[in-house]
This record gives sequence, C-alpha cells and structure tokens, in this order.
Amino acid sequence: MLDKLRETAMKALEEVGVEAILGFRETRAPLVSTPFVARTPNDISALTVDYFCGVNIATYLHRWKGKKVAVVARGCEVRAIVALCVEKQLSRDEIYIIGVPCKGAIDRSLVDAHLGGERIENAHVKGDKLCVDVEDGVVEIPLEDVLSPTCRWCAYPTPPVYDVLVGEPIEGKGGYPDVEEFEKLSCDERWERFSSEIERCIRCYACRQACPMCYCEECFVDSTNPEWVEPGLSISDLAVWHIMRAYHQAGRCVDCGACERACPMGIKLVYLTRKLNKDTEALYGFTAGISLEENPPLANYRLDDAEEFIM
Amino acid sequence: MGFEPKILAFLCNWCSYAGADLAGTSRIQYPPTIRVIRVPCSGRVNPHFIIKALQSGVDGVLVSGCHPGDCHYQTGNYYARRRFALFKNLLEYVGVEEGRVQFSWVSAAEGGKFAEVVENVSEKVRSLGPAVRLVKHRQEKD
Repeated sequence: MLDKLRETAMKALEEVGVEAILGFRETRAPLVSTPFVARTPNDISALTVDYFCGVNIATYLHRWKGKKVAVVARGCEVRAIVALCVEKQLSRDEIYIIGVPCKGAIDRSLVDAHLGGERIENAHVKGDKLCVDVEDGVVEIPLEDVLSPTCRWCAYPTPPVYDVLVGEPIEGKGGYPDVEEFEKLSCDERWERFSSEIERCIRCYACRQACPMCYCEECFVDSTNPEWVEPGLSISDLAVWHIMRAYHQAGRCVDCGACERACPMGIKLVYLTRKLNKDTEALYGFTAGISLEENPPLANYRLDDAEEFIM
Repeated sequence: MGFEPKILAFLCNWCSYAGADLAGTSRIQYPPTIRVIRVPCSGRVNPHFIIKALQSGVDGVLVSGCHPGDCHYQTGNYYARRRFALFKNLLEYVGVEEGRVQFSWVSAAEGGKFAEVVENVSEKVRSLGPAVRLVKHRQEKD
C-alpha cells in the first residue's frame, strides 16, 4: 500500500505537475509521524501513512494558497479540505487529492494513561494491537483502546472526494455513542465532568492551532477590544474558551480529533464538537466536508427550521 | 424577601422592544427582573454576548426577536434561530441549567405576550436560584 502511495505521489510530481506533495513521514520519536513536504522525487520514499499521523494535514494547506500542490489525505483531512473550499479558504483546483482510506490515529495521551506514565522507548502496530517497548519489556494494548474517539466512530474513513484513491475503501461506522452517554447524565453531573476536564487547561491554544477549521486572523480569545474572554485560568474563563471554541465549529467540524490529540494536558475535547455535529445532522441534515456545493448550516436557513425551544 | 433574579434581555428594536413599550403604555404589570439591551435584530445577538452576560453575574438571559417572516431585515431571525438552537443545546450539554438562557418571538403588537414571557422567564430563573456556573464577576445587590 505504501509502494502504491509513493508511486502515485511520483506520478503527481512528474505528470500532474504539482509543486510539492504534503504528507507524513516517520520520525525517531515513538508514536509520532510528522507532517512532511516532498518537493523532489528523492523525497517521495519518505512518504508514509500510519496510525501515528496525529495532525490534520489540511491545516498546512493554508500556506500553499495560489500554488498547485498534491496532498496525501485521509477521510477527515479531505473533509477539512472540502469544508475549507466551501468557505472559500482553499480552491479545489489547486489541490490534487491523493485519497487514502484510514484505519484511525492513535492518541498519545490514551497510551500514556494505559501505561501509567511509563517511558515509551518505541512502538509499532501489529494486527489489532499496539506493541509498546517500555524499559522492562513489551506492553500490548488493543488498538481500539488507544484510537482517538473520533476514529473509533469515524463515519468517513474513506475520503468522500479525491482525484485518485490509493487502497481499498473502508466502511465507516458513524454514530455518537459517546455523546449519547454524556447526554444521559444529570445536569449537575455534566457540569461536574465538564469543569473537572477543563480545570487542567493551561490555555496554550494547541487545540486551536491543530484545527484545520480555525483560521481566523484574530481569534476571539486574542482580541482585547472587545475582550470576549479575559485572561487567566478561572473556571469561568476556561469554560467560555472551551464552549466558544467548540461553538465556532458548529456545522464546520470535520471530526478529525486533531484538537484532542494536540492537547498537552490530555483534556477531552471532541465530545463537545461531536455534540454540535450530532445536532447539526439531526436538525439540519448537514455533515461538514461532504459536499462542495452546500453552504454550512449557520450560513443557511430554512423557513421550517425547528423552533420548539422558542417561546 | 426571597431571591429576585436579575435577567438580561436582548430585545430587537423592531418587534420585541416595541412589544415591551406597548406592555408599558398599556399598564400591563410584569416582574421588574429584566434589564433591557436594545439590539437592531435578534440576528445581531452574538452568542458571545450571552455567555459574557452569564460571566458578569446575571441569573438569566432572554433573547427576543420578531416572529419568523416579520424580520425587519427579512432573514435575521432565521439565522438567529439556527444559531440559538445549537448554542442552547451546547450550553445545556455542558451543564448550564436549562432555562438560564431563553428565547422568544414577541411582535410589536404583543404587549400582553411580552409581559407573559417575562413572567415565565422570571419564574423559571427564580426556581433555578442564583447563577453560579460560569459566573466570574458576582454583581453587588442594587
């Protein structure tokens, strides 16, 4: 599959005439594959796709506006590209999409939690297990336990749009069992969980930086006039940041989980954006990043939209 | 005296604000719990306004605009409707009590309905008690 990918990438470089190919390469650090720009045929052999590609490659496309590039993209990454094209941030004809069906990305914080902080020397995936070399031996963890929640219930592992597809399509799962479980809790329990999660936040905004859909020149949290959120780590300000960050993704989030994987404090984030995704699907029948034509739901309306909640 | 809530109301200039005015000129009684901010349209209300209000220590927020089809700017309240539907669900999802933030359509001719809405919102917020979650700056008593 990697051979096929590199072959396709080579073709893109030589025949399609792209300036560069955006993808991932392996690193020496365990559990980390890093974004990578292949510009010459020699670079192609480093291209890879694996469980350790935690970043959403679409985040990097903003810098390539005006140039023709190819991108090796998984389901959620293609959805981000499509959503960004709909929002006129990228143009589809400048991007040659090499689609790759994806089996998911591993969340480092889940691996750490599983190992109880033990130092990870090395790691690789064998079958449906993640084998981690630690100081005194090898720990095998079922993949299912360390995949990002977004990947566990991913509805679009196979890119919905592409110029060429490498590999066999993978059937998506879909559904929101995590959100449904959270919804069943009482109001007090939900606040308790939410506030104890965000309590650890250090406001580094890694979640924002990792998000392909967060491209505002000035984020609301950086604005001092008006000052939408005050500085500091009070629960109130942290709550506002987390609620509004998620809310700004309403009808736009492509459910890649890059925010949660980027969080250095291991804070759960995607149950918030997934709630919004669930609602936009249920109320407005919209899923972000599937169609290049349809406007996002908050830039749209219907005369008969639900309004039971309005007096 | 028991707890009297402080409620911030964003009223659209063309309908709900005029509705509130009508309630006043018609001498209709309603609880003195609301503080009004007049906005050009319910579509002007940024969810940031609502969350900022809650942070500032109000016990409840009411957003009121024109009935669908009556918007002075044709479509402002249609966009607002979607925005608030998702925002309200998200707030409740993270554990902000249902009823802290409420929405209504009140036309310029509905002075009676405006009084009723304020009555209902006040009653609901009173039953919830003073806001604690999200509050950063507690307001001094008047």
